[in-house]
Amino acid sequence: MTTTPTTTPPTTPPPTTTVPTDAPPDRPSRKVAASSAALQVGEDHHLCPGCGHPVAWRILLEVISELDLARRSIGVVGHGCYTNIVRLADIDWLQCLHGRAPAVATGVKRVRPEVAVFTLQGDGDMASEGLAEVLHAAARAERITCIMLNNGVFGDTGGQMTAASVVGQRTKTSLEGRDPATHGYPVPVADLVSRLPGTAYVARGGVGSAGAIAQTKRYLKRAFELQVAGAGFTFVEVLTMCPTGWFVPTAEGPGYLGATFEATFPLGEIR
Amino acid sequence: MPASLMQGSAAVAEAAVAAGCRFFAGYPMLPFTDLLEHMARRLPEVGGVCMNAESEIEGVNMVLGAAAAGARAATGSCGQGIALMQEAVAEAALNEVPFVVFNMARGQQDYFQATRGGGWGDYRTITLAPADVGEAVEHTQLLFHLADRYRAPTVLYGDYLVAHTHMGVEVEQRDLGPLPDKDWALDGTRGGTGRSRQIWTWAMGRTDAPGPGPDAHWRRLADKFDGIAATEARSAQHRTDDAEHLIVSFGTSAPFVDHVVDELRADGHRIGSFRPVTLWPFPEAALAATVAAGPCAQVLVFEVNAGQMIDDVRLAVAGRAPVRPIGGVSIDGSGMRQGALLSAAAIRDRVLAAIEEVPSP
Repeated sequence: MTTTPTTTPPTTPPPTTTVPTDAPPDRPSRKVAASSAALQVGEDHHLCPGCGHPVAWRILLEVISELDLARRSIGVVGHGCYTNIVRLADIDWLQCLHGRAPAVATGVKRVRPEVAVFTLQGDGDMASEGLAEVLHAAARAERITCIMLNNGVFGDTGGQMTAASVVGQRTKTSLEGRDPATHGYPVPVADLVSRLPGTAYVARGGVGSAGAIAQTKRYLKRAFELQVAGAGFTFVEVLTMCPTGWFVPTAEGPGYLGATFEATFPLGEIR
Repeated sequence: MPASLMQGSAAVAEAAVAAGCRFFAGYPMLPFTDLLEHMARRLPEVGGVCMNAESEIEGVNMVLGAAAAGARAATGSCGQGIALMQEAVAEAALNEVPFVVFNMARGQQDYFQATRGGGWGDYRTITLAPADVGEAVEHTQLLFHLADRYRAPTVLYGDYLVAHTHMGVEVEQRDLGPLPDKDWALDGTRGGTGRSRQIWTWAMGRTDAPGPGPDAHWRRLADKFDGIAATEARSAQHRTDDAEHLIVSFGTSAPFVDHVVDELRADGHRIGSFRPVTLWPFPEAALAATVAAGPCAQVLVFEVNAGQMIDDVRLAVAGRAPVRPIGGVSIDGSGMRQGALLSAAAIRDRVLAAIEEVPSP
């Protein structure tokens, strides 16, 4: 969600830049598939330089296309910077209240079991506001995929501490760094849901490096495959950069992600 | 189907099923609990789903999701549980997702909650207050119809007497007229076609297919609620012709008041009663006309609370006659239903005292 919604429709976005791959490239350096996902309808977003969310959006949309789910998927999206995906991706969306996406997705999936239903939430949305909703959905073995974009900060409101902020992390509401004596410890949502028998798949990936992006895309694909197969609740946490909310230089985002977040939230398949 | 003796909660559940409700989610709370139990038993029999929601917040959000996907869906609770649901009820009013909320209240102290709501934004909820089980059955089907007609959540204001009284009722599928297609509902089949749909309170649309945005969207909704207010108000009157004293009451208080009116008429008093059937929209015009038409010396408001509906009565009467409260807080020892004040004898005493204080013109 943008913080200052506009009533004036934006001008028609520039056409998505694609390079035909069914013909030989006119020069070798352009031998790439496409610069944006097929389901992406525009490139106009409000996210900051260095933000990891657009990468997560892209691999999510690529997975939906590659699994041929574009015409049978419904996204349920919470409140955060990532909400803007509703404006950019050509699938059915239900934008819902902060924290409640897993409950809303439950209703959608029970009515339309043939559709791939997923939530897209941040750590503020899921770990802070809506921890009960995701845990209960997992315990019920709801056939949905919940995706948490975890940057350890309320990005949309300008950089305050969430329940997933890591120890030592400086935010506008933990100025000297998250101190366990005062602020307690971060909630490892992926580890919590992995303990519930209704959960079929849990993985934690990241978008801080090319390798991690490729791995995370495989995690997302596995989660959707298992959901469609009816295996149970599936969950993918994606660590993403928020240099603005971390108060670090843009270029240092991936390094900060690896040094701080991955130490607290190790990457890999958990269940 | 012949009339059969049914508990109110069972009758409402049957009416909901007859209306096509196929998704229900709830969290137990007396006196709503029995309705949840009946829906949990009945919905699987007709291919529906009843969720044991882990909280009222989760329950109403599940229902929002089911309704957004096109199902007729409902939830319910009372008091504190309804309070927890208000955020999602407001959201559904603003992003136009229709469902029904069965508020089996613990008394009449939730009139403000039902008619003003506790959510955010410029929204209203059509709220019907049945006087008994039979009317609750009618209202149940009407509420699903109105919800779909206006794409808005609607509310039944029941109580312990509606939920727990046994009454002979007929539950039949009623034809309430045509409804617009649910072409807005999400089915997930349009991805990549350029025609995908979204349900979003801000209504901003995709960048390649912009929506109206919040300003235009919310102004349209305000107009919609104005239109509902102008057309959907419902009321009932009892012996109001030539009435010098008019008693206004709502819900299950009204049959007690009507009984007192009959008693006092037999004693020669020129008295009548008026009941808002819709709490929102409040039947302002009908009440104003009733007061203006007769030799009305005073309007007495009987409600089992500290004085909530009386605000709406005063707004409607607009100084045409004195408006005086004769109700009050009265809860029985269980805390689950109206107390000793809800009796014909108690109401009769208060009405007679009021008649003596204000002589007829």
